[in-house]
Amino acid sequence: MNGEAMIEVQNLTKHYAGRVAVQNLAFTVRRGEIVGFLGRNGAGKSTTMRILSCFLPATSGVARVAGFDVFTQSDEVRRRIGYMPENNPLPLDMRVREYLKFRARLKGLGIRASRDRVDAVIEQCELTDVSRKIIGHLSKGYRQRVGLADALVHEPELIILDEPTIGLDPHQNRVVRQLIKNLGENRTVFISSHILSEVELTCNRIIIIKDGAIQATGTIEELQRKMSGGRQVIAEIAAPLPDLKLAWEQMAEIEHFDVSPGAGNYFRCALTARAGVDARAMVFDLVRARGWKLRELTRSRHSLEDIFVHVTKGDQEENA
Amino acid sequence: MQKFLTLVRRELGGYFVSLTGYVIIAGVQLLTGMSFVILLKALNGQPFDMPVTEKFYETGFFWIILLLAVPLITMRVFAQEKFSGTYETLMTAPVGELAVVLAKFLGALLFFVAAWLPLLAYPYVLRRYSLDLGQVESGIVASAFLGVFLVGGLFVSIGCFASSLTRSQMIAAMNAFALCMGFFLLSFLSTLLAPQPGWQTKLFAHISMIEHMRDFSRGIVDTRHVVYYASLTVFFLFLTLKSVESRRWK
Repeated sequence: MNGEAMIEVQNLTKHYAGRVAVQNLAFTVRRGEIVGFLGRNGAGKSTTMRILSCFLPATSGVARVAGFDVFTQSDEVRRRIGYMPENNPLPLDMRVREYLKFRARLKGLGIRASRDRVDAVIEQCELTDVSRKIIGHLSKGYRQRVGLADALVHEPELIILDEPTIGLDPHQNRVVRQLIKNLGENRTVFISSHILSEVELTCNRIIIIKDGAIQATGTIEELQRKMSGGRQVIAEIAAPLPDLKLAWEQMAEIEHFDVSPGAGNYFRCALTARAGVDARAMVFDLVRARGWKLRELTRSRHSLEDIFVHVTKGDQEENA
Repeated sequence: MQKFLTLVRRELGGYFVSLTGYVIIAGVQLLTGMSFVILLKALNGQPFDMPVTEKFYETGFFWIILLLAVPLITMRVFAQEKFSGTYETLMTAPVGELAVVLAKFLGALLFFVAAWLPLLAYPYVLRRYSLDLGQVESGIVASAFLGVFLVGGLFVSIGCFASSLTRSQMIAAMNAFALCMGFFLLSFLSTLLAPQPGWQTKLFAHISMIEHMRDFSRGIVDTRHVVYYASLTVFFLFLTLKSVESRRWK
């Protein structure tokens, strides 16, 4: 990762007739990053990706890919990106290898190079078994991999994937995810999704947009920290209830606590410490000093889903 | 150039993997075959003093083929890609709009020509079995084919334009048919007006497709006709290009 900007977006705005899809968007993706682009349906993800892939022009603002403007130097940009649109459109009447060969040639690869690259992506995307089949006869998982293979076939510097795992079963999902992860080792990947666990597993950094504007950006850890997710500690302790409550009340670092009965004679305590304090060691010391039993001690982490819901909820709720 | 040829190959291939392509070819064969049968009957009957190609053309099936087959051939070129979404992958590949338009036009035109090719066997059959060896002159046959090619080129470019305007193949076909029919019907303007010397009559004579085709089937290659079709074809390709580019300024 050398910090060079792969995607640069400044004040990007896109109006459709009577509707604003993207409003003053600004972000940067550095070379070598895998960036997840999150947002609810209709938040402007696909529009942004279409602008970046030179399919749609922006109403105003600047978008650059590898230093080339997507509008004025679209040819240079298109040469450098591998784009898989939403719903992964494919010609259903072609065979897998035939299609990939066609795409490779269309993207300017020579006869030999296209043969080699098609072989390579067929292997990489595990399409060997179906390479002679007609795309229309393939299952969704295979089609998705054909789309991915198309995006990769000319070895682009930037790969833009619009919801690549939508509608896949968990197994296919894992295969595609692994594939994306392996790509990221030497490529820049910009991937949109609303399947959060997937983004959490594949991306280094996340950009969350809402109503066409950026709501939050950062690594998952940064976002979790922002949400103050690190302050709550869960402990399951076997002890007499009054003693337990008293102990928490006496502990100055605990701002708030909540004790609920757990299985057996254990109690589940949710403790919120003051800012900047990690209560875990104190809990352990207390339990040891009193001779209680402790069977779980964790810092509760906000899942990406909590962050997502927290960041994107709001005025859309009424419309939903 | 490589990208252009790749696209042409894909376009042309698209016709031959779908049933539609073969149905169109079969339809064209049926109609030309019927014209041929009628021609043979005429050859056996009364003697006539026109070239066989003109007699062949006079049966009128010729126009049915042009007016019906071409919209069916061209309706898919853009509309299907837009409908299925592959338009997006096509236009985000590093290939220019002009190359896409020309490749789609050429693909459709080549298929159109391919559908007419079996017709080349008819002059051979005639020459082989006719007693009068002078019946079929290659020059006249070539001129008739040139006429078919030129009119076909114009109609295919109109069809490409109609297809670039919509996502629905049905609407594309109907628009193309309406436009082609419009150009064809201009031929009748001259017959509606009383034949009087004046600029109108002159103008209508210049835009009458029926007259143009009659000349071609007689073996007369009038450069004015060639220019008429070629320039209109270019004009509609230009409109198609603008329609495709409009995505970038809409």
